[in-house]
Amino acid sequence: MAETPATQTLKFTPLSDWHAAHGARMVPFAGYSMPVQYPAGIIAEHTFTRESAGLFDVSHMGQAHVHSSDWETTARALEALVPADVLNLKPGQIRYSQLTNADGGTLDDLMITRSAAPGYEGWAYLVVNAGCKDYDYEHIAAHLNPAVSLKVEEHVALVALQGPAAVAVLGDLIPAVKDLAFMTSVGVTFEGHHLHISRSGYTGEDGFEISVPNTFVVAFWEKLLSDARVKPIGLGARDSLRLEAGLSLYGHELDTTISPVEAGLKWSIQKRRREEGGFPGAARILKELKEGPSRIICGIKPEGRQPARENTEVMKDGRLIGRLTSGGFGPSVGGPVALGLIEAQFATPGTDLVLIVRGKELPAKVVSLPFVPHRYIR
Amino acid sequence: MTTYFTKDHEYLKLDGDIATVGITDYAQGQLGDVVFVELPDVGKSFKQGAEAAVVESVKAASDVYAPVSGEIIEINTALPDNPALINEDPEGKGWFMKIRLADKSELSALLDDAGYKALTA
Repeated sequence: MAETPATQTLKFTPLSDWHAAHGARMVPFAGYSMPVQYPAGIIAEHTFTRESAGLFDVSHMGQAHVHSSDWETTARALEALVPADVLNLKPGQIRYSQLTNADGGTLDDLMITRSAAPGYEGWAYLVVNAGCKDYDYEHIAAHLNPAVSLKVEEHVALVALQGPAAVAVLGDLIPAVKDLAFMTSVGVTFEGHHLHISRSGYTGEDGFEISVPNTFVVAFWEKLLSDARVKPIGLGARDSLRLEAGLSLYGHELDTTISPVEAGLKWSIQKRRREEGGFPGAARILKELKEGPSRIICGIKPEGRQPARENTEVMKDGRLIGRLTSGGFGPSVGGPVALGLIEAQFATPGTDLVLIVRGKELPAKVVSLPFVPHRYIR
Repeated sequence: MTTYFTKDHEYLKLDGDIATVGITDYAQGQLGDVVFVELPDVGKSFKQGAEAAVVESVKAASDVYAPVSGEIIEINTALPDNPALINEDPEGKGWFMKIRLADKSELSALLDDAGYKALTA
């Protein structure tokens, strides 16, 4: 069994003490001490999220604003860094995108929200990955023109409430969220504190991601947990939930060599950007959009019960055609599930593949994503 | 019946020259929910410390080592279809395999109850 790595340089979220006091197993993740699971365990936490509502501490993720005096200036500055259409976002609307590099690889993936708050017309709210955030901020700041500024938000935590009961639970406290459309957001005042609430998530379920002042987050977390429909969920179940939902995880399905098109994310590049380009790596990304990528991320279902893990070799007719980027056990599927980056000619659902697991051949099939249907409220 | 332990968190319950082997309660707690187990074939022999079985949780795969040299005389056929037994009752219904000891002197390399408790404290 693995030894516990040294913890002396780890950072903590405002909820770290709460997790430890409630029996969570804390592990180092992206430089933070984070709960991988609570005493209930990953399968129970995963299932509870799909059936009721799971509460996740994702305060390690980076929150920041990019702002200028007007939306067009801010949007154009962001469009120089990402392939999404930022300009046509409506106030409060959220869009998923990627920071790309000059080679068309991916530096990080992120959420971009156009502010709806009066007086903040030129503001975009960003949420980036914990493991990438320091570099992201450097990269963004270095590429902004003098009219546009980056403001890193250090005084806010981030929690996610995910699952079919999420809207009823949060709606009992904050009725305004009941009418919030998927991928839109609203700012509210709750018990004297400003909360930024997004109807979005990383589980395939309906739910919310809520930015909360550090000083209020423990009280807010406990308030949500006082509802019997809510339980705390660790990073272990967060990973199995996103894997079943077919959602990319940076460092796995995305990295500096994998383009958004190869990652199966061409839906996140809107029409105007496909026509105009003007983002880093556009030459490669537009070519892949036109001709199709030579390799692509797809869903892979191993036969039987044995999970196949990240980096497992994927074979077709005795030839290496790619590797798994994520792999594990899907509690809702009731069996192993995986994502792999393979030669695009073999990525058609139904294609038989072979995985090499511990030196043995394990039969597998390409399947369409997601493994578990999304239940977003549109 | 005497119980011995390894530093890799296997236990061995000795009855005559037959050792019932599995992973400890501490080990199953560290692994989390077990979703897959691969057991050796009956009749196969292992050297002490050799990889004899595989146990996989939601998060990770781990090897289970033969705590003593010997021949596999029985495996727990209930485990592959119900690997959760390893979490529910690791030192009872969640046993992995029975080994006929080849060399009793190997037992001196193992920990006793107090030694294992000290290791996992």
